[in-house]
Amino acid sequence: MGSREDILRAIREASPPPAPLPDLNGRRGQKSGDLAAQFTLSVEEVGGRCVRTDEASLPEELRALAQSLEAKIIGSIVPQLPGIDLSAHVIPHTLAGVDLAVLPGELAVAENGAVWITEAGLKHRALFVLAQHLALVVPVSRLVNDMHEAYEKVRLPRPGYGCFVSGPSKTADIEQSLVIGAHGARSCTVFLVE
Amino acid sequence: MNEHAQKATVFLRDEARSAWHDNAVWWVRQKRDRAQHSVPEWEELRSLAQRIKAHALSRLADYLEEFERNARALGAHVHWARNADEHNRIVHGILRDHGVQRLVKSKSMLTEECHLNPYLIERGIEVVDTDLGERIVQLLREPPSHIVMPAIHLKKEDIGELFHVQLGTPKGVSDPKALTEAARHHLRSKFLAAQAGLTGVNFAIAETGGLVVCTNEGNADLGVALPPLHIACMGVEKIVPRQQDLGVFLRLLARSATGQSITTYSAHFHGPRPGGELHIVIVDHGRSKLLARSEFRRSLSCIRCGACLNTCPVYRRSGGHSYGVTVPGPIGSVLAPSIDAEKHAALPFASSLCGSCTDVCPVRIDLHHQLLAWRGEIAAQGLLPPDKSIGARVGRIVLSHTWLYRMAGSLARFALRVLPRGILYSRLNAWGLSRELPVPPAKSFRAQWRARGKP
Ligand code: SF4
Repeated sequence: MGSREDILRAIREASPPPAPLPDLNGRRGQKSGDLAAQFTLSVEEVGGRCVRTDEASLPEELRALAQSLEAKIIGSIVPQLPGIDLSAHVIPHTLAGVDLAVLPGELAVAENGAVWITEAGLKHRALFVLAQHLALVVPVSRLVNDMHEAYEKVRLPRPGYGCFVSGPSKTADIEQSLVIGAHGARSCTVFLVE
Repeated sequence: MNEHAQKATVFLRDEARSAWHDNAVWWVRQKRDRAQHSVPEWEELRSLAQRIKAHALSRLADYLEEFERNARALGAHVHWARNADEHNRIVHGILRDHGVQRLVKSKSMLTEECHLNPYLIERGIEVVDTDLGERIVQLLREPPSHIVMPAIHLKKEDIGELFHVQLGTPKGVSDPKALTEAARHHLRSKFLAAQAGLTGVNFAIAETGGLVVCTNEGNADLGVALPPLHIACMGVEKIVPRQQDLGVFLRLLARSATGQSITTYSAHFHGPRPGGELHIVIVDHGRSKLLARSEFRRSLSCIRCGACLNTCPVYRRSGGHSYGVTVPGPIGSVLAPSIDAEKHAALPFASSLCGSCTDVCPVRIDLHHQLLAWRGEIAAQGLLPPDKSIGARVGRIVLSHTWLYRMAGSLARFALRVLPRGILYSRLNAWGLSRELPVPPAKSFRAQWRARGKP
């Protein structure tokens, strides 16, 4: 415990004079008129694709995506596109062969195309980074303007894991050229459902 | 010549390559500018970020305790390390206790600062950096040259050759897509074989006890989603008080770093995975000392976006390795002397004091003022090299005596005209090494002013 006390004491002794914490309640960034349109644009900007659909067409749309990706092994917790039996996987490593992961999103952020996902209902959260492709399904009613609003509404799972995912995995570490598909999903399709 | 200048000279010898580096880095700065302009309330966000950080630093010990309490309640183990050595011992201890031989890491400037990798490797642990840029420099046995783009100093042909030798890609392949694909396969096998994952921390939330880690590649998420053990290393300054504060910082971070509106993955970890363990190592390593210095403490607000490096004319033209420290560029030149002023005495001088770093900093750190303050401090500690200290002393005497100043002026005009190049551009004139001295005017400004009948 010695180090803890030493560090806290040193910090207390060094403390700067009080400075007020700004109030962020109700703060918003610049408002977009049409959230769905802005979100679609943002997803495209980060290298993803946004499909606007409704409850009735969702299963068909999901199947069409799986087909176009030639996805054989699907890991899904979205009932409209059932996949393999995820509960049969004792360790996450055996999910490495999944072609397409389909997850529900709880929020969609118009300013940057990010979708909030959690591990709720997911035994192994590795699924969404291990899968070659990713599909996220979000009700259009869960659109928010910006990150201020997102953090106001989001319920961080405690304990648990949550992530804002914006587009497919990417890197620009080789000569600054953007390459999609670094470690995680090679493509990211977001279904905005009316 | 000081160490930074020497290494910069070597870097600049390959003109085509250094010009390319300059442009590549400047391009990122331009992307940042476009992202900034898409957010009309940008300046307001910067002010908020600055104030949140100032507040967090003013009550840092309380927030650290709050964070620790909440993190423990979620099932995390919290460790405290006074310095790099203690940090390394703690991490190694955790790995040893869990029998870990293979570790995957996502980017963490703190562990670079502490030289964790060599420490663990010496003790028989395989350490794999999984950020592509970091993996590249790790395979080359080099340190990163940039805090966001570790391999920005390398050309794709260099990386192609490296991958050919190390990963068996075909000779001559240098297409970034193909190389990234090869790295993906190579690193997948490392992820799947790892027994523990280590991440850095972008933000630690006091009110929830959670951690936020931002990446584009997804390597942090993957690295800790497979093995049961997650170790997260953070400096004490990473604390933000509330969940809400992240709205401000996440809007600024990626836009400032690469011009993206947000990183691809912004992961929020609260406690360990079901059945797993989360160990959080909180590190001081000189930060409390820096906090005590009113003129320098603002540098602790840094969110490591790299924007000040990308805009810096000295960084762009001298390359990250010329600084000889983990964090190069303006922010590094402010942080390094606080750890060891003597060793890093040259760094605050590796700046034109143009102030561009201060202008782009998303948390409004007054970087160029701090660089200037360090110069004063280094002079006061008697750490200036003789050419600078003698020059400064002579300058002070000349500038504080009008008659001497006038005489020096006419002497200089005379000398510049008559002295041969060999003397004017001798070794003593460091400024003239790569620059021409100005053509002296026939008359001084004073004389010209008088000739116009002005008082
Ligand atoms: S000092 Fe400011 S601009 Fe530089 S890396 Fe830190 S936050 Fe970014």
